[in-house]
Amino acid sequence: MLVSLYRYNPEQDNAPYMQDIELDIPAGKDLMVLDVLALLKEKDPTLAYRRSCREGVCGSDGMNMNGKNGLGCITPISEVVKKDKLVIRPLPGLPVIRDLVVDMGIFYEQYERITPYLVNDTPAPEIERLQSPEDREKLDGLYECILCACCSTACPSFWWNPEKFVGPAGLLQAYRFLADSRDTAQEERLSDLDDPFSVFRCRGIMNCVAVCPKGLNPTKAIGHIRDLLLQRAT
Amino acid sequence: MVKTVTNLGRSGVYDWMIQRVTAYILALYTLFLFGFMLTTDLSYESWSALFGQTWFRIFSLMALVSIGAHAWVGLWTVTTDYIKATAPRFLVQATAGTAMFVYVVWGVQILWGH
Ligand code: SF4
Ligand code: SF4
Ligand code: FES
Repeated sequence: MLVSLYRYNPEQDNAPYMQDIELDIPAGKDLMVLDVLALLKEKDPTLAYRRSCREGVCGSDGMNMNGKNGLGCITPISEVVKKDKLVIRPLPGLPVIRDLVVDMGIFYEQYERITPYLVNDTPAPEIERLQSPEDREKLDGLYECILCACCSTACPSFWWNPEKFVGPAGLLQAYRFLADSRDTAQEERLSDLDDPFSVFRCRGIMNCVAVCPKGLNPTKAIGHIRDLLLQRAT
Repeated sequence: MVKTVTNLGRSGVYDWMIQRVTAYILALYTLFLFGFMLTTDLSYESWSALFGQTWFRIFSLMALVSIGAHAWVGLWTVTTDYIKATAPRFLVQATAGTAMFVYVVWGVQILWGH
């Protein structure tokens, strides 16, 4: 199999380049892309990439494989390799630190902007704030996000206006707290999103839905936020 | 958060609503014109009779203002996506805004002129 790898070490290289490597894949095995990277790193220890859990839980190995974002650790090569070729690039739209390692700063800033924690100004109850099973159910499909950034870095609106548009991952989390029955800051949350960019730059292209490795649907959450903003405005 | 004064509704929700409402008006207007062309035999007399009626002039003006607003919100969005340098972006926006204004005023003159 031919692997074409994005390489860039700013201390040595003037510009990024693609490195082509022939790699023998053990017969009868379907490796994950992350395993392929491990084999390549054995050959060339200077290769840099992030990974931790290697089972789709931590969200550190988001990358672009044959043009599609995903987690290397849970993407079998049988699913992405075409014509015996695998092209691996870092997540698009973020500054590259080295090889496949990107600077996620702006992505985390978007997350920070949506106040990603419960706000409740009523006196704390003695034990805990209870939630009915129905209210709890409203958080399904929202809380599972692992902040891998596969969705946001696949979104054209994120590429063009990352400082102003919150991006699919940030907005999914924004709705996660808007939908929480225990949160009392809905009004503040909505007025923070009511400008022409934060939510409304979403053009409904649904790239985010197509790539999310956890099968989540940011576009739907964005639609719910828009509905809340409309209710508030009319 | 980001507040901008250059867009039309001054908030994301209002811009969004303007886009939807104007889109419906334009769709209605287009459908009506198609229907008219299919059911009436087109001549100078039938056209001028149609444009002679006040309700149709109002409808046309509404469509015209809708085009202006719709195009403005749309182009404002496109320019803020793709033109990153302020000077050329402002130039394109100013040109687009002026053109919209000219079309609307000119349209009023055509509809109520003579
Ligand atoms: S929504 Fe999905 S793709 Fe986006 S950050 Fe969360 S887990 Fe990753
Ligand atoms: S649906 Fe919205 S958030 Fe998702 S990729 Fe498209 S523009 Fe981005
Ligand atoms: S290594 Fe943790 S998600 Fe892939």
